[in-house]
Amino acid sequence: MAQKTELPPAEQPAPAAKPRSKPATDVAGLGRGRAAAFVAPAMALIAVFLVFPALWTIYIGITNYRLTGVQAREPEVVGVDNYVRALGDPTFHNSLFLTLIFVLFSAVIGQNLLGFSLARSLSTLRPVLRRVVESLVLLAWIIPSSIVAFLWLALLDRDAGTLNVLLQTSGFAWLIEYPLVSIIIFNIWRGTAFSMLLYSAALASVPPSQLETARLVGASRWQTLRDVVFPHIRGHVLTNTLLISLWTFNDFTPFLITAGGPNGRTEILPVYIYNTAITGGQMGYGAAVSLIMLVINLIIAVFYLRLLRERR
Amino acid sequence: MRRTVRLIAVTTGLALAATGCLGGTSEEQTDTERGAEATEVTLTIAANAVSGGKNAEEADWIENYVIPEFVAAQEAEGVDVTVEFQSSGVDDEDYKSKIALDLRTGSGADIVSLDGIWVGEFAEAGYILPLTEVVGDTVEEWDGWEQIPDAVQANMSFNDERYGVPAGSDGRVLFYNKELFAQAGLPEDWQPTSWTEILDAARALQGIDGVTPIQLNAGTAMGEATTMQGVLPLLVGTGERIYDEDGGTWQGNTQNIRDVLGFYQTVYGEELGDPTLQQEAQGRDKSFAEFAAGTIGILMEGDYFWRSVIEPTQGVAPMANRDEVVGFTRLPAMEPGSGIEEQDFVSMSGGGGRVLNPATEFPQQAWELLTFMNSADATIELIGDGARLTQREDVNSEILADDPMLSFIAEEVVPLSAYRPGLAVYPQISVALQQATLDVVTGMPPEEAAAKYQQAVEAALGGADDIASD
Repeated sequence: MAQKTELPPAEQPAPAAKPRSKPATDVAGLGRGRAAAFVAPAMALIAVFLVFPALWTIYIGITNYRLTGVQAREPEVVGVDNYVRALGDPTFHNSLFLTLIFVLFSAVIGQNLLGFSLARSLSTLRPVLRRVVESLVLLAWIIPSSIVAFLWLALLDRDAGTLNVLLQTSGFAWLIEYPLVSIIIFNIWRGTAFSMLLYSAALASVPPSQLETARLVGASRWQTLRDVVFPHIRGHVLTNTLLISLWTFNDFTPFLITAGGPNGRTEILPVYIYNTAITGGQMGYGAAVSLIMLVINLIIAVFYLRLLRERR
Repeated sequence: MRRTVRLIAVTTGLALAATGCLGGTSEEQTDTERGAEATEVTLTIAANAVSGGKNAEEADWIENYVIPEFVAAQEAEGVDVTVEFQSSGVDDEDYKSKIALDLRTGSGADIVSLDGIWVGEFAEAGYILPLTEVVGDTVEEWDGWEQIPDAVQANMSFNDERYGVPAGSDGRVLFYNKELFAQAGLPEDWQPTSWTEILDAARALQGIDGVTPIQLNAGTAMGEATTMQGVLPLLVGTGERIYDEDGGTWQGNTQNIRDVLGFYQTVYGEELGDPTLQQEAQGRDKSFAEFAAGTIGILMEGDYFWRSVIEPTQGVAPMANRDEVVGFTRLPAMEPGSGIEEQDFVSMSGGGGRVLNPATEFPQQAWELLTFMNSADATIELIGDGARLTQREDVNSEILADDPMLSFIAEEVVPLSAYRPGLAVYPQISVALQQATLDVVTGMPPEEAAAKYQQAVEAALGGADDIASD
């Protein structure tokens, strides 16, 4: 690698040993055939694991394919019926609405703010204490979902849950009374580590001299934050928000805690798809909803990327 | 740019060509004698049973009896057999998804446990085949068939063809806690004759602190348990089956459905039952644990509850003093004589069984193992000291006298029992019923829930033609 970087090949004439009629147009000087050979394995992987499943999903989405029954053996093409049905289905609307609320409160607001506050306050802590807090936050992020789900069930259990013991509210069913709030708090707890790490790095890029100047001219904390810190980390904020929004939008872990219940009150889109496609066996409909979800993902991504470009 | 377009076009073309095969089951292996002469054979058994957990007795039986005995017997014949057990201990719906995917992809165990109500949809999907197509005519020659009553064989049949060997049957009764009944001044030998009498007993139990008088399975989280140990037994008590075989119609928004939902409304509206529990993801396990802890008065369950849940040593929620404390009584019709066939008491029966995976490498040996598992000796070994209505009449008559619960189910309950329709669409109707009970439990009036249920049934059947409503 190091040897190659010495010579920017595009500006070099073609090697003397192999004179060419045309100068190489490619930067690496590989030639079309070899370049294609290098890219081929990656393209093949993308085709097999990304393009093909995506097209497959589109195809299943226009059939009435089911997991069992006659339609599993002989699915029929039903055109856009599945999409029409989804867009007119109150359960789907409800699910989409829940997902947006879930993303807004747990990722965009919750993880962002908590992650930022942690990163900012930790920078002033003693290193030992800081490492302890950081490790704890990271732990929530690292532990496997199934174990985490079990811990949260034990925490929120109605009869013998830790929370009920602490608050002396035995018999209070948190997951039934406040299901959405529960999984929002759960997701904030679960995902804050990423925002904290990203903001820790971002805050280090703010020049101390500027902070010092702000302090000298008597700027308040809020003013410093708004006029000195934020302009430096704007890009990080958008990148972070984009990533955690998409992750949260596609997150399936809440299923392990509430299974979408009670009565669909935590049935966010990934759970809705699982419940209709796998448990309910309606593969065709599930595929159609998956595609709708993919489109929403793209819209979110494009929205943030636009924002990112404008602000720069 | 043009190249990109061409690339996309080619990729799309290839993908579409490949997708053309969706659904069309790959050409099945049709040689029933394949692998019959092999001297090294590997067979796998899959069941929703796990040692130390769900259906532990079955799991232990497979691991400690079936596998060693079968392997030894085959060894004597010079065949080196390895039998593996794929255990699961999950909700029935999850197990169903798993084996559907297994069978769909031509993988999975050679012998697979299946609930009887899944046979129709699995058969229609081509995931399972009639036994004669997998194994050949030797199936008809098995002497075990004459020991299995037709009604029980129907559990594992579809369109009059046998797809598997049934593994026994069951019945639904009301279990009640005699100690709580004594505290509430209710008779220890309780025999309610109408829904009203059930409610009266529940109201009497309401006076005891910290006790849920009656827990009636409801909601979608419990899955089929809601339908089979809740809605359907009540429905047959109103005089209608969920599916009328003669008329070919399903129950829609009828008075009978509204009566059943009305009963739910009374139970949960008056807080005779705990509505929160019915919404919890682990609600059924909790109802087991609470009954075992003596905080639920009355629970409608199958005999499974008696032999696998509160069983003193191996149950998932063991009750050491089960035999003294727990009473069981038949489920009354809504009013005396209002049940199907003008019965005073009603029940629902079901049962699962084992099928052969059509993709098995060794159909003959798999069938041999399956018949071994359903032999009289193996069946007696399975039930051990427990109580259970087996699929075999010879075994039943041998052990019937010993156990009060078993003889009660066999003599008093099963003759009154109704069965679920073996149609592929049934599971969707079942989910609609579960949703209707959930709606009522969470406060929707029965009329509204029944109307919503009717819509769901119409969606499942693709129209209102085959639906009874009034």
